[in-house]
Amino acid sequence: MSDATPGTMSQTTPYVTHADLGGQPGHGAVLPEAEGELFHADWEPRVLALTLAMGATGSWNIDASRAARETLADYAHLDYYRIWLAGLEKLMLQRGQLYADEIAAGRMLHAAVPVVRTLQAANVTTALAKGTPTERPVSAPARFAAGQWVRTRADAVDHHTRLPGYARGKRGRIERVLGTHVFADDHAQGLGESPQWLYTVVFDAAELWRAQGQQGGGDTDGGGIADVSVDAWESYLQHAE
Amino acid sequence: MSQNADEHGHEHSELGEMDLRVRALETVLTQKGYIDPAALDVLIDTYQTRIGPRNGARVVARSWVDPVFRDWLQTDASAAIASLGYSGRQGEHMIAVENTPTLHNMVVCTLCSCYPWPVLGLPPTWYKSAAYRSRAVKDPRGVLAEFGVMLPAGTRTRVWDSTAEVRYLVIPQRPTGTEALNEAQLAALVSRDSMIGTALVTVPTQVSVLGAAA
Repeated sequence: MSDATPGTMSQTTPYVTHADLGGQPGHGAVLPEAEGELFHADWEPRVLALTLAMGATGSWNIDASRAARETLADYAHLDYYRIWLAGLEKLMLQRGQLYADEIAAGRMLHAAVPVVRTLQAANVTTALAKGTPTERPVSAPARFAAGQWVRTRADAVDHHTRLPGYARGKRGRIERVLGTHVFADDHAQGLGESPQWLYTVVFDAAELWRAQGQQGGGDTDGGGIADVSVDAWESYLQHAE
Repeated sequence: MSQNADEHGHEHSELGEMDLRVRALETVLTQKGYIDPAALDVLIDTYQTRIGPRNGARVVARSWVDPVFRDWLQTDASAAIASLGYSGRQGEHMIAVENTPTLHNMVVCTLCSCYPWPVLGLPPTWYKSAAYRSRAVKDPRGVLAEFGVMLPAGTRTRVWDSTAEVRYLVIPQRPTGTEALNEAQLAALVSRDSMIGTALVTVPTQVSVLGAAA
């Protein structure tokens, strides 16, 4: 059983994310850190800045970059800025903006592919302050209203999605209607922005974890004193009683 | 240059390798005209000196002292926060969630590392770790204990998984005994972790005394 070779099997290999960690056992204790500790090596802020600067060229959107990172085969073994670096290289290699021999040589060996824009130092502050809002107008009315019960999609999908595995097929309540936003699933696949209504859906912890054999009062909050919410696009949801 | 990195010995060779790899990438991208290296410096400086949790602390302190601002924060957090000068990347759509004596809010991104940058800056390493992302939604009290936080019995916990482009800022409870403190003094009490929901705001004895004397 060998792994599929990247590039040759991509059309038949199912989409696998390694980033869907909610509820996953075995990750140990959280290690708090002081407020000023943001980086642990000199290269980390450079990777952050390279990622932001390349993101600003308009070569891909944030959902595509999340998809590139979460499908890295060695995701679980990389620390966060290594994931960002590998994700950035992957996105550029896919687009012919960068070649493996250039990474090895440390210099340009192939012609550049034109980018939409280059983020200049003088424009950084303005660009950050502007951000990338995701609200878009939609003519259809919202299908759900606050207070209604819904059930989330139970099936796995074969592409990037923002419905976490632990919240699949669960009954929850619409708490807030968040407006109409770019749909991450389509956006990541290059299918356009496809804006949809977005909702905060809140679940009782018992609903989320009971099915996995976790009784309330064990290592979960259980017993109705803990709630967890996700922000879910309309197509993730069905009416429930 | 690569020989120099190797001379640092086994312990540091990996670090040197990463430094060289990232520098190589930066060189290629600069030569191709994709990036302005000076922009990288501005980006790094921005998140090291200008955009960080002191911004969020100012939002919290204002909400504690100004009921009109507090209402605005509850109805349109993006606009209320922007009125203090904080907006943009990874904070385009903000919601502020208030802790109460019976409700404790905590924020996570189980799928990646979504975080309200304009008010809190870059996420800490633990926020991006598999340990926090996996456990915050399933065992919030256990995670809180690792931060030294014990909630009173009967407090409901609410975990917000940031799965879309809405970003959450926790408004911690104002500690008792801070009536004499001004807004700036209050902001100084507000830690980053309290605005993620993994800490409570407490008053060091000296501050309380100072405030009362002032």
